[in-house]
Amino acid sequence: MFTEVNLDPAAKILDQIVLSEKLKNGKIKAAYLIPLLQDIQEEYGYLPRKVLEYISEEGGIPLSRIFGVITFYEQFYLEPQGKHTIKCCRGTACHVKEGFKIASTISELLNINEGETTEDGLFTFETVACLGTCFLAPVVMIDDQYFGNLTNSEISKIIKRYKEGDI
Amino acid sequence: MTPGELLKLKDKIRTEKKEIKQSISICTTGCRASGALNLVEKFNDVLKARDLTDDVAIVETGCHGKCSQAPLIRLEPEGYYYGKVKTADIEEIVEKSIIAGEKIDRLYTGTSREKESGFFGHQKKDILLGCGIVDPKKIEDAIAFGTYSHTSKMFETMSPEKVIDEVLQSGLKGRGGAGFPTGMKWKFCHDAPGDEKYLICNADEGDPGAFMDRALLEGSPHQIIEGMIMAAYAIGAEEGFIYVRAEYPIAVEHITLAVKQAEEYGFLGEDILGSGFSFRITIRKGAGAFVCGEETALIASLEGKRGMPRSRPPFPANSGYMGKPTNINNVETLANIPLILEKSGEKYSSVGTENSKGTKIFALAGKVTNTGLVEVPMGISLREIIYDIGEGIPDGRKFKAAQMGGPSGGCVPEEYLDLPIDYESLKQVGAIMGSGGLIVMDDSSCMVDMALYFLDFIQKESCGKCVPCRVGTRHMKDILTRICEGKGEDGDIEKLEELAVTVKSSSLCAMGQTAPNPVLTTLKYFRKEYEEHIYEKKCTAKTCRELLSYRIIEENCTGCTVCKKNCPVAAITGERKEIHIINRDRCTACGKCFEVCRFQSVEVS
Repeated sequence: MFTEVNLDPAAKILDQIVLSEKLKNGKIKAAYLIPLLQDIQEEYGYLPRKVLEYISEEGGIPLSRIFGVITFYEQFYLEPQGKHTIKCCRGTACHVKEGFKIASTISELLNINEGETTEDGLFTFETVACLGTCFLAPVVMIDDQYFGNLTNSEISKIIKRYKEGDI
Repeated sequence: MTPGELLKLKDKIRTEKKEIKQSISICTTGCRASGALNLVEKFNDVLKARDLTDDVAIVETGCHGKCSQAPLIRLEPEGYYYGKVKTADIEEIVEKSIIAGEKIDRLYTGTSREKESGFFGHQKKDILLGCGIVDPKKIEDAIAFGTYSHTSKMFETMSPEKVIDEVLQSGLKGRGGAGFPTGMKWKFCHDAPGDEKYLICNADEGDPGAFMDRALLEGSPHQIIEGMIMAAYAIGAEEGFIYVRAEYPIAVEHITLAVKQAEEYGFLGEDILGSGFSFRITIRKGAGAFVCGEETALIASLEGKRGMPRSRPPFPANSGYMGKPTNINNVETLANIPLILEKSGEKYSSVGTENSKGTKIFALAGKVTNTGLVEVPMGISLREIIYDIGEGIPDGRKFKAAQMGGPSGGCVPEEYLDLPIDYESLKQVGAIMGSGGLIVMDDSSCMVDMALYFLDFIQKESCGKCVPCRVGTRHMKDILTRICEGKGEDGDIEKLEELAVTVKSSSLCAMGQTAPNPVLTTLKYFRKEYEEHIYEKKCTAKTCRELLSYRIIEENCTGCTVCKKNCPVAAITGERKEIHIINRDRCTACGKCFEVCRFQSVEVS
């Protein structure tokens, strides 16, 4: 689905960049690219191509370089993300406590693979290297909320509650 | 602020704090995931209703360490830890413990006054001391605790060279993985020509199973900032970065706030404490790349590039961020610095073994009763950590191995349980200290599957720049996958060993060079398991799905139909109240029937 992208928020973000992160000619220092992309993504929920073209032109950073950076890091998205992001931990402690079973249950329940978004746009499913909450293994993070010591039936119930708008 | 003003402020806050005799310290960082914020709210309500708010302080602290008992609180002055506290328990805690001074045995899980025994008593908390005492969101707490006083003393009495000497004398080695002497690293950067130098705090804690840096950033951020000021002064840097993992939202929040507060109080910025020394800190969030924990990759990422390592030399001490001399230290390393300058390098070095000084924080996780963060002197044995502090393996199972050092480390078997842990001894048995992740495995963990797990991890995280890491680990992973699927062939083990040697010797960065370690250590200590998988198509730990077969035990089956209903591939037949049968040809060994059966009538072999 094609939607018009509003460039005003991006312009505002560019305006607010402190002088020390800019070159003498007003263009943006290349070293500031990652924080800039993080701010854009925070605003739009993903990195719309239109906005990237805009910051490339206004900020003076080649589009090729911007794409090179985006595709390297796991946390940059070129597609709109679901309303909720489910991050299933695949750390060692979670693996030892069979966290992979939780991941496959989520995948089955939502009928999507890792890295995909459900058709209704409600969930994006990801796995992450380690959430650093190994004492909660196996653990899943939905948006900013942790759910630990999970079993298959518990994660099913939690996802159901999100679906029903309970959480 | 001048040093005199700091001293006055510290005394003033301390006096104010002394007036309140009782306090409830609630971990609101790690325990937040277990509902700690609800406890804070409820305690506030209950104390207010009883008109006790002036007599009892509620302190929102960082991690207390015994994370398996989350949410955890500590009552002072008794020092009692209460675990798995629910909001429903709070009235009782206030009534019995706060007012009447009684201990509630049901919630009690140890005391900070323990000596030489128990989870808390066995530890030596030097670096983690502040976590669990100070409120990380309040700089006043940090000042009262003594943070920044050492900075003030350093400016007055020590030259940068003297600071480096103290750190050299302390014997401190980098806590991030490689274990390089910190003082040497500082000296190289100090001696490097150039006026513009940088200091970077590596807070991109990516090793699965390690979470001490997260706890320090969340629970004692001013300690890190103080360590950074000291390091910057020593090497002569005026600019610093903290590169923190974005997956740690609370850590980002607390360290950002702490930097702002330190600026307001004049501990960061121009002419710090009237010393003439200036230092600023910028916080940068990572964007999800494990390899960025490697120092040259981290620098590339800070420069706004793809986070790929480059070959060394030149080392960052000579040519780092923007080509300028740069010093990178890990969070835990920097957290040690204030202690060294407070005690002196010589006194610091009295703790630990001959070659490894001080304490080390371990993240204890996996199949062990007490999981959490523990700080112990170097040289302690694995047995003490797992059995005395961790209180052994739950469910009556048997210890099999401890995975130390994450994907770069190895599995330490039972025969080395009494090995004193330090950098050298771990290297000798094929593991590494790494960042201090310690995952305990029992006899239900398959070692071949473990090796495959780490290779899969490395494969996902390899940046792809050099061939040995990108292609070599791929081949190793493919072979391990085959073995776990029961398609292993004669010669696979030898092929794995050959590939491991090549990847180890020819990869560009430490990630590739250490990637084969989990395979090599499991081959060294658990070769029999590999052979069983390959020649007998057997997985004794019952982990590798393709090697398992499921069968219903006729005597136990009640014909409840639950397994039949839950089987995703309709491989189970049988009528209600009759014995069910699993059709082997259809069965995919997913284990669902085993999980759902309430009569223990499904057998795995």
